[in-house]
Amino acid sequence: MYAYDEIDRTLINERVSEFRDQVKRRLAGELTEDEFKMLRLMNGVYLQLHAYMFRVAIPYGTLSSPQLRKMAHVARRYDRGYGHFTTRQNIQFNWIKLADLPDALEDLASVGIHAMQTSGNCTRNVTTDQWAGVAPGEVEDPRIWAELLRQYSTMHPEFSFLPRKFKIAITASAHDRAAIKVHDIGLRIHKNEAGETGFEVLVGGGLGRTPFIGKVIKPFVHGRDILSYVESILRVYNQYGRRDNIYKARIKILVHELGIEKFAAEVEDEWLATRESALTLDNEVVEDIRSRFSYPHYQKLSDTPDELAAASADPHFARWLKNSVAPHQRTGYAIVTLSLKPVGGPPGDATADQMDAVADLADKYSFGEIRVGHEQNLALPSVARRDLPALWRQLDKLGLATPNVNLVTDIIACPGLDYCSLANTRSIPIAQELTRRFANNDLAELIGRLHINISGCINACGHHHVGHIGILGVEKNGEEFFQITIGGRADEHAVVGTLIGPAVPFAEVADVIEDIVEAYLALRARPDELFVQTVERLGVEPFKERVYATR
Amino acid sequence: MPLVKQGKIVADGYIHVADDAEIPVDGAALVPAARFLSDPEALLKRSSPTGVIWPNNRDPEELVPYLDRLAVVALVFPSFRDGRAYSQARLLRERYKYKGELRATGQVLRDQFVIMLRAGFDSFEVKKDADAEAFAATVKRYTVFYQPTGDGRITALHQRMQLRHAENAR
Repeated sequence: MYAYDEIDRTLINERVSEFRDQVKRRLAGELTEDEFKMLRLMNGVYLQLHAYMFRVAIPYGTLSSPQLRKMAHVARRYDRGYGHFTTRQNIQFNWIKLADLPDALEDLASVGIHAMQTSGNCTRNVTTDQWAGVAPGEVEDPRIWAELLRQYSTMHPEFSFLPRKFKIAITASAHDRAAIKVHDIGLRIHKNEAGETGFEVLVGGGLGRTPFIGKVIKPFVHGRDILSYVESILRVYNQYGRRDNIYKARIKILVHELGIEKFAAEVEDEWLATRESALTLDNEVVEDIRSRFSYPHYQKLSDTPDELAAASADPHFARWLKNSVAPHQRTGYAIVTLSLKPVGGPPGDATADQMDAVADLADKYSFGEIRVGHEQNLALPSVARRDLPALWRQLDKLGLATPNVNLVTDIIACPGLDYCSLANTRSIPIAQELTRRFANNDLAELIGRLHINISGCINACGHHHVGHIGILGVEKNGEEFFQITIGGRADEHAVVGTLIGPAVPFAEVADVIEDIVEAYLALRARPDELFVQTVERLGVEPFKERVYATR
Repeated sequence: MPLVKQGKIVADGYIHVADDAEIPVDGAALVPAARFLSDPEALLKRSSPTGVIWPNNRDPEELVPYLDRLAVVALVFPSFRDGRAYSQARLLRERYKYKGELRATGQVLRDQFVIMLRAGFDSFEVKKDADAEAFAATVKRYTVFYQPTGDGRITALHQRMQLRHAENAR
């Protein structure tokens, strides 16, 4: 965990007091809605279909138990008793009143939580691997760098009014759980020959209506130079990014229009002038931030405790263990994913009671720490393996032990037309129906790893482009239709999926997905050939034939 | 439109010369960029102070030969969502070492005062009277700054280092 000091706390409190003044001026009519809009967005406040929506940052996906309890408190006191975890390590509250927002922010500030820059045309919440610090084989803990970048980008005096939003993600593992290739800047931590930490820097990735996979702009930027290098990218973008058309304003369009070589040359020129500056990170400064991340005092424990062997006789437990529990850096410990995708539920939602209960379980079993991943699930990062049976029993009672992590019903979906003012179609009911169709755990296990992503409009908040199966809602003559893509992926082999054919109406989506899955089961070369591998081997044709032959 | 300079509301001594208007012989004047660049040496020899109104899509490097003689560079915020002039301001101050008045014009609201000061602006044509009056109170709102800029404010990272060194020295 990163511990805020007096300096960080002061800034958050100053921000809350500024926002309180802005809300007061808005309510008094001193600020027009147009003026207020940019200010509220930079504090995470959207105006949605039915109410204001409030998006709170969970920096690098790490929460302490008191912080999660405070989220529960906000859900209960100011909202309707639940929150929604998003694809960018944020939580959203959907029913909050404008006049209550400053108080909600103040309550969150008391535990070092804020909503700064969770929206607006600025650098958004810097995200990383939800298994940071516990994943076996990671180069080093990426959260140190995420925190340095969080501080650097918070209230930046030059880059608070960029052409468009700006998202940075970091990974330090070979398997990318942070989807860095679909971010404005993606950073992959690795070491040079001297063993020094640095970054492979990618730029210009993104989804939305024009999806691009990020391109490598520099294979190695030394850790001490990362802030000046990021500043150089931002400065080139701030000056030359398009402002005439909101749909062409992201950095991916600038990189695409200039070409990566030209863009890289511009950045390099800029960097030569800023490289030797106060942005250089002395080792001492990095170590100071590192020292304020505390790590659990692990015990020496067995990876194969008796408790685990005994409990594994129960097939329900065994299934969950196989599905939701991952290896940890330390012997005797495990990473446990808590599925927020119950059968029939909206993906990523958690009730206030569930949040409180998870906070208690984190205190009891995971050193008081909780993680939030872009797949809209939670994790307890450091659970002693001997405690897994006891933890499972309690998670199961809470509805948080659905053994579907990474399976067909672990669906990523945007809020869609149920909440969002931009949406063309609903997303959540599609996800709910699919979880019912594939509710049989044996079937889901037979299908294996399969990511379904649903977006209710072209803005792609559900990351449909990079779903193994992507579902995109479009409006046709006032009716909801859905385009289906297959073969996308968001990991280190990121690729945009391919459209299989004409859009299908709302009522047929679940049938179409069932057809695609059945085709895969019939076509796969062997039981462990994953869905995306079959699509890669055979292309979309056989799937297309299966889906449209009878339609 | 009130002008705030050195933290106070003051009278604006400069005439804003329109694109097609005649440049007055006497009196301080702010001249559009294209007019200025058409004959900079002559304009800089005027008996009264001369400044330039610099659009946000033009590279401020073009001004480098004249910066030591320009009394004012006025940068433009056509809407407060358009942040290009923040980069121009930092370049002028930090890279090109411009020491004269750096003025923010256009849609300037109290909510940008702090970051404008940090980017190097020292005078502000403020859109609303109430915001101009609130200047002194607004700029005191923040005491913590995470980024190093040319304004010399100490960053949080370095503040921590100082605290740490002070503790070690004790």
